[in-house]
Amino acid sequence: MVALALQVKGITKRYPGVIANHEVDFDLRKGEIHVLLGENGAGKTTLMNIIYGLSMPDEGECYLDGELIQITDPNLAISRGIGMVHQHFMLVPTLTVVENIILGVESLRPRTAFLRQLSLLDLASATKRIESLSKQYGLEVDPAAYVRDLPVGAQQRVEIVKALYREADILILDEPTAVLTPQEADDLFQVMRALVQPRGDKHGKSIIFITHKLKEVLAVADRITVLRGGRVVGSTMPSATTENELAAMMVGREVVLTVPKGPARPQEPVLEVQDLKVLDDRHLVAVDGVSLEVRKGEILGVAGVQGNGQRELVESLTGLRKPVGGHVRILGQETTLASPRRITELGTAHIPEDRQKHGLVLSDPVKDNLVLNTYYRPPFAHRAVIAREQVADNAARLVREFDIRTPSIETATSNLSGGNQQKTIVAREFSRPIQLLIAAQPTRGLDVGSIEFIHGQLVKRRDDGCAVLLVSAELDEIMALADRIAVMYKGKIVSVMPAEEATREKLGLLMAGVS
Amino acid sequence: MDMRIIIGLFALTLVKATPLTLGALSGVFCERSGVVNIGIEGMMLTSAFTGFSAAFFSGSALVGIAVALATGGLLALLHAVLCIRFELNQIISGTVINLMAVGVTGYFNRVIFSGRTVPGVETLPRVEIPLLADIPFIGPILFQHQPIVFTTIILVFLVHIVLFHTPWGLRTRAVGEHPRAADTLGIDVFKVRYINVVVGGMIAGLAGAFLTLEAVGTFEKLMSNGRGFIALAAMVFGKWSPVGAFGAALLFGFAEALGVRLQIENIGIPYQFLGMLPYLLTIIVLAGVVGRSTPPAASGQPYRKE
Repeated sequence: MVALALQVKGITKRYPGVIANHEVDFDLRKGEIHVLLGENGAGKTTLMNIIYGLSMPDEGECYLDGELIQITDPNLAISRGIGMVHQHFMLVPTLTVVENIILGVESLRPRTAFLRQLSLLDLASATKRIESLSKQYGLEVDPAAYVRDLPVGAQQRVEIVKALYREADILILDEPTAVLTPQEADDLFQVMRALVQPRGDKHGKSIIFITHKLKEVLAVADRITVLRGGRVVGSTMPSATTENELAAMMVGREVVLTVPKGPARPQEPVLEVQDLKVLDDRHLVAVDGVSLEVRKGEILGVAGVQGNGQRELVESLTGLRKPVGGHVRILGQETTLASPRRITELGTAHIPEDRQKHGLVLSDPVKDNLVLNTYYRPPFAHRAVIAREQVADNAARLVREFDIRTPSIETATSNLSGGNQQKTIVAREFSRPIQLLIAAQPTRGLDVGSIEFIHGQLVKRRDDGCAVLLVSAELDEIMALADRIAVMYKGKIVSVMPAEEATREKLGLLMAGVS
Repeated sequence: MDMRIIIGLFALTLVKATPLTLGALSGVFCERSGVVNIGIEGMMLTSAFTGFSAAFFSGSALVGIAVALATGGLLALLHAVLCIRFELNQIISGTVINLMAVGVTGYFNRVIFSGRTVPGVETLPRVEIPLLADIPFIGPILFQHQPIVFTTIILVFLVHIVLFHTPWGLRTRAVGEHPRAADTLGIDVFKVRYINVVVGGMIAGLAGAFLTLEAVGTFEKLMSNGRGFIALAAMVFGKWSPVGAFGAALLFGFAEALGVRLQIENIGIPYQFLGMLPYLLTIIVLAGVVGRSTPPAASGQPYRKE
């Protein structure tokens, strides 16, 4: 019998209107990497929050080392050796690495330890321990650096060290590769392998690895459990399965993993960018002399690790951020300093990176969100009055056409799932004649079904003669859709190549700044 | 200019900077933990009144100070409950406290003291620190003051140590920047905020005590006179750090002292204009002329557990 580090039985968790987990059984052996696979909303995060004590199950039991235990809060989980690396890093940017790591378990200078919370911190000994942990597992971190200055890969290492510093034996990694370059992901897998190695007569760490990326599952898993709609639909070994089989388990039907798409027929340029220079919110140069061109009938993919100026590039192209240098021309017209409305009226559609912040007015109903950029003109407005019927008709039509799952067109968009929010945006942007489509991270956080739909729409637009600029941190997405690929690194386009010439390795290196 | 005038000007700067520094420290405590407190002005004013009344009736300045601290703490607790428990807009809660302070102090001042002839208490005694006070130039500027001035200087460095070198400070900064991160590490975000806001309120209370018990020895209507807001400007200017805020408060204090000084010198500028100096300076500072600074990221946002 293999020793179990953790076992949960019959976990059920209900939220108003949804059952997030339904009688879930899951176990973790000592020294194994157990992948928990499932789409967004499948209940992976709910299950992990229960194990980590962030929420309590309505039913079910949890065993740690064979002992029945109720994990009521993260403190208890931490003290029982459970560590979690959250999908959105739980690091305080303005604190240093060592401060982040010791937060909550601060070591004190012995002579001042009389009043715990007001005693002096002992950063030196904490630093020493961090350095020894980082050497032991090959997790390179600089304890004195401020977290805000670190690239995401390094921030992730800090998160892992943070868990190890708390003497975690069970590590939960929630979608850890979502923000990494392929090389960084490979490094992470190596670290994971090192972590589960037995040390002396002790078991190695046990890891729960949450993901929806099929390739990595097969690369690192010892065992795989698939969740769908809050239930466990199956468990398997990497040797006994394939990507397609896993995808089908995850979605519940056969899935086309590749986007069907014919060759591009690029024509005249629609978007021309020349030597563009844009500052970020901190007034630092974010886009540093970018020149590019997107032609009618092609998809130009901009690859790159998040935070290399893509956001600022997109914002400046759509008029949301004024560039400090260079030129942008859409259909031959100068739009460098043009207003978003003028750019929209030239036939530009924009799918923003942050759909909740910039794509929708969350508190407003679906029907109003569907006319956000056309409400002021006929047929939706007569002089200064909104034509309610037209707005409603338009909404009803688009909801049907784009299969937006919403209780009604009056529902506030905040109540829609991520996929349906994104479909609302796509429906709005595609419901008028467009020449140029700028899509930033269009499928982030979406389920496979919605991703299929959005990808299909992008290709369809291209074939209809639209110029498409696709900015994405998902390399697979870029490679599946783009006709030409530009790689952005530190505000510069470091390379542009036809999609046929691109490989994961080549792009990954460019994304990491190795040329 | 006469050396004595310069010494006097600098010493007065320190005195004028005291309530501003305390107000700014109060703000630092609150905002570093993620709660905006624009009610410092009201907390000062109310504490000035209650502290004075307590001292007046008990005949003891210490009782007065204790009551002032308690008043500030209680008002801050109200602010904390409204902002943390009930997730009320923090600006509105602060405004409520400010308006309430004006009404309550004005009303009770009339009810309690209007019949009497100019009530007053003896101000806190001036202390000369042995040896240090005798250093030429520096001695009279720094080491011949009343107790709250000294306390304030000590507090600046104490708050600095607490904020940057203790677990409590680390947790406070984490909670003000990224409460969810702190929560996932088992830190009680609400507790940290409650305690910081209440401690901040007590410091504002001390500023109130300074106004009545140390500076003038009597209560006047609206006597806080916008100092709570200037203190917030000093906090911003000082980039939410105690030492920085102290530096900024000294600058504002200097402007105020200079106004007073020039008025005495009678240089022909109407005193109203000289009195404007600190406020003008506040506007210039807040307009971002002297470099922008970023507040704690979660400042002003109620925290809600998932």
